[in-house]
Amino acid sequence: MAQPAAWRHRMAERGVDWQLLLLGPATICVLGLFVYPFCYGVGLSLQPEGGDVLASYRRFFTDAYERDTIWTTLRLALPAALFNVLASVPIACRMRGRFRGRRALTTLLVIPITLGTVLTAEGLLNYFGPTGWFNRILLSTGIVDTPVRLTNNVTGVMLSLVITGFPFAFLLIGSYLAGIDPALERAAATLGAGGWQRFWRITLPLLAPGLATTFCLTFVLAFSVFPSAVLVGDPAGTTRVISIAAYHAAYEAYDYSLASAIAVIMGVIELIILAAVLGWRSLLYTGSTRGKG
Amino acid sequence: MAVDRPRRRLTASPAAWLVWGAVALFFVNLAGLIGSVVVSSLGTRWFDSWLPMGYTTRWYSWAWREFGLLDVLVTTLEVSLLVIVISVALGVPASYVLARRSFPGKRALTMVFLLPVLMPPITYGIPLATMLYKVGLAGHTSGVVLANLVPSVPFVILTMTPFIEQIDPTIERAARMCGATTAQVFRGILAPLLLPGILASSILVGVRTVGMFELTFLTAGPDSQTLVVALYYSMSAAGIRAQQSVDAMAVMYTSMMLVLLVVALRFVNPTQLVAQATDDPDR
Repeated sequence: MAQPAAWRHRMAERGVDWQLLLLGPATICVLGLFVYPFCYGVGLSLQPEGGDVLASYRRFFTDAYERDTIWTTLRLALPAALFNVLASVPIACRMRGRFRGRRALTTLLVIPITLGTVLTAEGLLNYFGPTGWFNRILLSTGIVDTPVRLTNNVTGVMLSLVITGFPFAFLLIGSYLAGIDPALERAAATLGAGGWQRFWRITLPLLAPGLATTFCLTFVLAFSVFPSAVLVGDPAGTTRVISIAAYHAAYEAYDYSLASAIAVIMGVIELIILAAVLGWRSLLYTGSTRGKG
Repeated sequence: MAVDRPRRRLTASPAAWLVWGAVALFFVNLAGLIGSVVVSSLGTRWFDSWLPMGYTTRWYSWAWREFGLLDVLVTTLEVSLLVIVISVALGVPASYVLARRSFPGKRALTMVFLLPVLMPPITYGIPLATMLYKVGLAGHTSGVVLANLVPSVPFVILTMTPFIEQIDPTIERAARMCGATTAQVFRGILAPLLLPGILASSILVGVRTVGMFELTFLTAGPDSQTLVVALYYSMSAAGIRAQQSVDAMAVMYTSMMLVLLVVALRFVNPTQLVAQATDDPDR
């Protein structure tokens, strides 16, 4: 009887005891519904119907129509994510501190999150379309002579990514910025630093890790652009993103091997970019942003 | 930076004007975007003019009947509630252990919980849907719920861990000293303290589930579509149906989401999810 008790004691010293079982259900759920399907997908992608193990990957990379979807996706997702993050910084800096209507402004910025892809798409088509209000205003004020084409092309998808991604990036950056102690900036000001110097030397270095995280999260949102690429883009041509290619392979060509291969490629590209950003982030200062400490 | 000044001056610097101008431009265009959909959903016919020719509410009743919106709404509600209950039940105990304990393999486990949030849903959605179809679960509500659990459980863990870290562990230790078991500590101490956090994260999971397009799209059958998927199908099959009815449906979806989010914002301050804000030292 003493043996199991001693064993249990030894394990408890390393932090293993019955309480860890609380982790069980969630772990099983993630393993069964995420890790296993992912491995299953990798397995499927290596078992094409004809040809050798890597045939599906070779088909994807040799077919220019499929291969180019990678560039199409990156060309949309990277600038959109970058713009969302960079545009949020000055606005979030302005909105620090207390002023009247701050809460109302935050609530207003949350609205685009509630719109959903379809209303955004409908709105873009209605408002930015050739006969929409935006073009009408431009035409009647004489800025342009012919309607500007803003929908059913790359611009439309980009607009939709900004509308849905910007508020998200703004809220996150706002929360990171709120965690930086204003006393640090005030200390710099007493040493004679001007507004720009304070921003470049104090705020930005403290904010940079948060910016990297925000960029990653907005990039994930923009990278998996699927509905808006179909609805406001040009899904057969300039905005045929990689998720459309994966969807077509799975549900229109019923080639699950190719579809899984595309899904794996998509995951790998995403992870490479995230690893690059997070690797850069680990070089930055990531300690406390409080003044005392 | 008007940190030290008691009151903001009305004349701002050019940079400030530029920033506020950009914000105003964003909101004007956003208002136009939403306005055009609302106006279109209320209009009779609207082609090449500033405003539609007449106004009507029949698109709403038409969309309600044509798309069988009652069934869709019931399905949406069913799926969201199931996902919320299951993901909270699985996620809260796990986040408790992750917040309080250190054990071998903790970093690896945290990484496993983080990955589903970081990966685009399509990448694991396609193999997951293939697997669920093979088992015979996809195409039903159960398949949709299972697929939606993948990002929801990690999301609950990620949002609940900071909440649990805020609770003083000495309260628990005191309870344990008085002889409470883990289950009793959970029921008597943690549950009441965690209730606001659980509410907040369940509302956020609900918002995410109602808005989750990809996973539901990949696993839903004809009678297990949620509102977003039904909307997508009705819009991508445009031409068959009047555009205004799609607009009406989109407006209904947005108002539902807006109610959910405003409720959520009452319970949770978005700026506290990441860092514990010390916004103002003199607050």
